[in-house]
Amino acid sequence: MLEVDGLTVCYGPIEALREISFGVTQGTVVSLVGPNGAGKTTALNAISGLLPATQGRIIFQGRDITRMSSHQRVAAGIVQVPEGRLVLAGMSVHENLELGGYCRPRKEIATGIAQMESRFPILAERRHMLAGTLSGGEQQMLAIARGLMARPKLLLLDEPSLGLAPLMVQLIFEIISELQSGGQTILLVEQNARQAMAVSSHAYVMESGRIVLHGEARQLMADPVLIDSYLGGPSERSKDKQ
Amino acid sequence: MEHLVQFYAIYGSLINFIGLNALLALSLNVTLAAGMLSLGNAAFAALGAYTAGILTVHYHLPFIPAIAAGAILPGLAAVVLGLPVLRLKGVFLAMATLAFGEVVRIAAVNLEITGGAEGLTGIPNVTNVWMIYLALALAAYFVAVLRRSQLGWGLLSIREDETAAACLGIPIFRYKLLAFVIGAMLAGLAGALYAHLNYLITPRDYGFFIAVDLLIYNIVGGTRAWYGPVMGAALLTALPEILRGIGVAAGPIRMGVNGLILLLVILFLPNGLASLINRPRAVTATPEASGQRA
Ligand SMILES: Nc1ncnc2c1ncn2[C@@H]1O[C@H](COP(=O)(O)OP(=O)(O)O)[C@@H](O)[C@H]1O
Ligand SMILES: [Mg+2]
Repeated sequence: MLEVDGLTVCYGPIEALREISFGVTQGTVVSLVGPNGAGKTTALNAISGLLPATQGRIIFQGRDITRMSSHQRVAAGIVQVPEGRLVLAGMSVHENLELGGYCRPRKEIATGIAQMESRFPILAERRHMLAGTLSGGEQQMLAIARGLMARPKLLLLDEPSLGLAPLMVQLIFEIISELQSGGQTILLVEQNARQAMAVSSHAYVMESGRIVLHGEARQLMADPVLIDSYLGGPSERSKDKQ
Repeated sequence: MEHLVQFYAIYGSLINFIGLNALLALSLNVTLAAGMLSLGNAAFAALGAYTAGILTVHYHLPFIPAIAAGAILPGLAAVVLGLPVLRLKGVFLAMATLAFGEVVRIAAVNLEITGGAEGLTGIPNVTNVWMIYLALALAAYFVAVLRRSQLGWGLLSIREDETAAACLGIPIFRYKLLAFVIGAMLAGLAGALYAHLNYLITPRDYGFFIAVDLLIYNIVGGTRAWYGPVMGAALLTALPEILRGIGVAAGPIRMGVNGLILLLVILFLPNGLASLINRPRAVTATPEASGQRA
């Protein structure tokens, strides 16, 4: 469904991604894991069109979308739930959901909201509260529900478990599994590698703007040495390099 | 009726200026709705004033087409200016639009057709009070409708968070440019009406302080609904008269009182005077009420 081919992204003179290639098959969850600063967010932003690609191609459902603007990509079915739970804090939960369906015909929005409210009952309870007053976990649920409102073919999740209490983290990963069972294709970015891999079919391990390892999530998980060397002590590794 | 005529004879000029300032405040409100801090709307007003004035004085164009041109030219200027500067944010955008204001002022001082530093004189006095308030009413109605439109919600999301708005599929740049252009056109309209009220337009009429005043009208009145900037403009424009009425001399004290009001509003009414008359948003329907429906 998604093919990323030799993608390079630069911030001015800094090359944050160097010729990375990976793919996502329809109906699966694929995770992109790696330490802080590896370039995971950069990769997602390039796929959603928030950042321009310097080099390489992004193919979505057989179409080259590399030069498309972000709103065209949303219309094409690529929807990102950005890092840091970017809810529209000054708007109500209901308005956030409504805006999630921004690119959809108006008459579909009410049914979409009803679906989201039955799937996430807490959002129905909090309907009229300002999104900024929700707890971190509730905001993350709202951000995911808002993304789903656009009926994405491909959902991009950027660190959905970041900064949440363990129980909430559990809940978020359960939601991701459920979405996958429902046929939703997801590209998941996480530092929480073990839990991300547990819900993924494939995983790509990134470091310093490159993919250093990839394969079936189950196989990668069965290799604790690998996990430790790439994800256990990123700080020691970066010290070694200097 | 006689009282009304008498009242207008005394306060007519103030009433006209309240209307024009409210129109200018509304013009900036459209830009602020998308979170864009522009100090260029005074310059757009100057552009509209000069355009319309030059057309009636030098080209003997009728009033209505001159006024229309006074709105359209600033709109075009906003496209040309907006394409490069709307990539900037916050204070950088404010600086860039301020620089544009300087360019307009310097051009007005040095060009022949604008009448140089003395200004453009002999503009026919055609504008009257009902025209100003008709324009204000139409602009207010337009802004109210805009707020509830697809574009209005898009702008509000951009103001809340640009990244989140982009993830919703909102064409950020196109919408920002559109809001900037609409703001410029409303400002130009106000300028064009002003030129035909005042006989004269000079390079000093729409300088830096006016640009800042427009911002203050919005902050004091509140930016979330059309009546906010109108209230802010009305209060602050009428303030010197009110102060004089209660025996306080105008001049430096006026600036102090303006500052004091601004401070009080920021401290106690973060959403401006408008929050005194509208109920807080997002609690318009209580959960109980919607529970009954279910
Ligand atoms: N806006 C930016 N400007 C310059 N460098 C950036 C910017 N955003 C990220 N970077 C750099 O790009 C690299 C990758 O960052 P990012 O994609 O955010 O990593 P991750 O999401 O994996 O933590 C980091 O070295 C970071 O410092
Ligand atoms: Mg990141």
